[in-house]
Amino acid sequence: MATEPLTQNPAVDGSELIRFDHVTKRFGDNTVLDNLDFTVASGKHVTLIGPSGSGKTTILRLLMTLLKPEEGTIMVDGDYLTHEEKNGKLVPAGEKHTREVRKKIGMVFQQFNLFPNMRVLRNITEAPVHVLGMSKDEAEERARGLLDLVGLGDKYDAYPTQLSGGQQQRVAIARALAMRPQVLLLDEVTSALDPELVAGVLDVLRDLAHTTDITMLCVTHEMNFARDISDDVLMFDAGRVIESGPPEKIFSEPEHERTREFLSAVL
Amino acid sequence: MTWNWDVARDFLPELLDGLLITLQATALGSVLAFALGLVWALALRSPTRFVRWPVGVFVEFIRNTPLLVQLFFFYWVLPSWDIKFSALTTGVIALGLHYSTYVAEVYRAGIDGVPVGQWEAATALNMARGRTWFVVILPQAIRRVVPALGNYVIAMLKDSPMIALIGVTDMLQKARSEGATSFQYIEPYTMVGIAFILISYPASLLMRALERRLGH
Ligand SMILES: Nc1ncnc2c1ncn2[C@@H]1O[C@H](COP(=O)(O)OP(=O)(O)O)[C@@H](O)[C@H]1O
Ligand SMILES: [Mg+2]
Repeated sequence: MATEPLTQNPAVDGSELIRFDHVTKRFGDNTVLDNLDFTVASGKHVTLIGPSGSGKTTILRLLMTLLKPEEGTIMVDGDYLTHEEKNGKLVPAGEKHTREVRKKIGMVFQQFNLFPNMRVLRNITEAPVHVLGMSKDEAEERARGLLDLVGLGDKYDAYPTQLSGGQQQRVAIARALAMRPQVLLLDEVTSALDPELVAGVLDVLRDLAHTTDITMLCVTHEMNFARDISDDVLMFDAGRVIESGPPEKIFSEPEHERTREFLSAVL
Repeated sequence: MTWNWDVARDFLPELLDGLLITLQATALGSVLAFALGLVWALALRSPTRFVRWPVGVFVEFIRNTPLLVQLFFFYWVLPSWDIKFSALTTGVIALGLHYSTYVAEVYRAGIDGVPVGQWEAATALNMARGRTWFVVILPQAIRRVVPALGNYVIAMLKDSPMIALIGVTDMLQKARSEGATSFQYIEPYTMVGIAFILISYPASLLMRALERRLGH
C-alpha cells in the first residue's frame, strides 16, 4: 500500500507551476497585497515567512480560490486560475473553469477543518469518490495507505473529535493528498496544536517533502522546519516580497533589516 | 357536574381513535414542515435575487398570518379552484406549511452556525456545491437544531386541534361529538387535556435533555 506515487506531477523539471502577476488584493481600503509578482517552480518547497498581517495567508487563500484578487492574474501549471480565455479575451473565471484548475491544488488549514460528521476514512474518500470519480474500493484502499503514511493506520473508523489535534491535522494532510494535488498549501498547520503534538505533524511533512515530488507552499513559524524542507524562502512584509533565497542565505545572512528584525524575534 | 367514570370509560376508545388521528396529523405535518422549511432555507440563500425575494415575501406572509385563517382558506378556497383534498390532508398541509416558515428560520440558524472552515475545506477538496450542502453543511446544521425542531413539533401537536374545526376527527373533535350527543363535557375534555400533557410534557423534557447534550 501507498507505494504508488502520491502525485501525478507531470513536471519535476523545475518548470513554472505557480505565477502571480501584478496581483493586488484589498479588503476595503486595506491593500493587503500590492502588485505582487512571484513564481514557484514545480517540485519546489517554498516557505513564506514574515510578520503577522503581512499577507501570507491571503496568498494561500487566493491560490485556493477562497479569495479573488482585485487586480492581476494567477496562473497554475500554465492555466489561468482567476481568469479564463473566452474568444481571445481574458474574463473572470467561471465555476467550471475554476474547478478544473483547482484540481491541482490542495490545502491544509490551521484549524484542520475535518468534517466532524464523517469518520476519518470517509473524510479522506469523500472527494476522491465524488469529485474524481474514483471507485469506493480504490479510494478506501488509497485512504488506508495514506493513513499509514501519516502514522494513523488504526484510526480509520474514528470520528475527528475522538482524535487529538495533531492526529486531526495528520488526517487533514492525508485528506488533501488523497486528491493528488500538484501543489500543497500549508497555512501554519501546527499553530493550533499543543506544543507536544507539533513534532509529529512536522515529521509527516518532512517525509513528504523529502520523499515525494509534490510542490509545497508553506506558511510557518517553525524556522527549523522551514530550514529543513525549503528550497526557497520568501520574506514578506506589508504584502511585498522583500527578500528571497535559499534558507541558508535567508536565515544566516539576511540582507534586509526587516528580515533580521523578524528572524531575531522568532528564532 | 361530577366526574362519571362510566362516561370516561365509554369515551376512552373514541379518545384513542382521535389520538391516532392527532398523532398522524402532527407526524405528517412535521415531515412536510421539515421538507418545505429546507426548501425555503436554501431558496433564501440562493445567489439569485429572483428566487430569494419572492420566497422571502411568501415566508413572511405565511408566518405572520394566523394558522386558523390559513386552515380555513385551504379548506374553503382550494376546492373552488378544483383542488380537492380530504379534511385530514388539508389540515396536514396547513400545519406543515405554517410551521415550515418557522422551521426555515431554525435551519437558517443551524446553517449559520456551521464554521466557515467547513465550506473552505469543501472548496479545497473541489467538492461541488450541492454535494457540500448535503453531506457537509446540512448534516451538521440539522444536528445542532434537532431540539429546536422538536420544540416546533410539540407546538404543532398543540395547534393540531384546530383541524377539528374543518371536521377532522382528531381528539378534540371526538370530545366535541361526545358532548353534542351525550351532553357530557367534563370527562371528554379533561381526558383530551390529559392525553396532550402525557405526550407533550415528556417530549419537551426530552428536547431539553437533548439541548443539554448538544451543549447549548
Ligand atoms: N477577510 C478579511 N477581511 C478583512 N481583512 C482581512 C481579511 N483577511 C485578512 N485581512 C487583513 O489582511 C491582512 C493580511 O492578513 P493575512 O494574509 O492573514 O496575514 P498573515 O497570514 O501574514 O498574518 C491583515 O491586515 C488582515 O487584517
Ligand atoms: Mg496567517
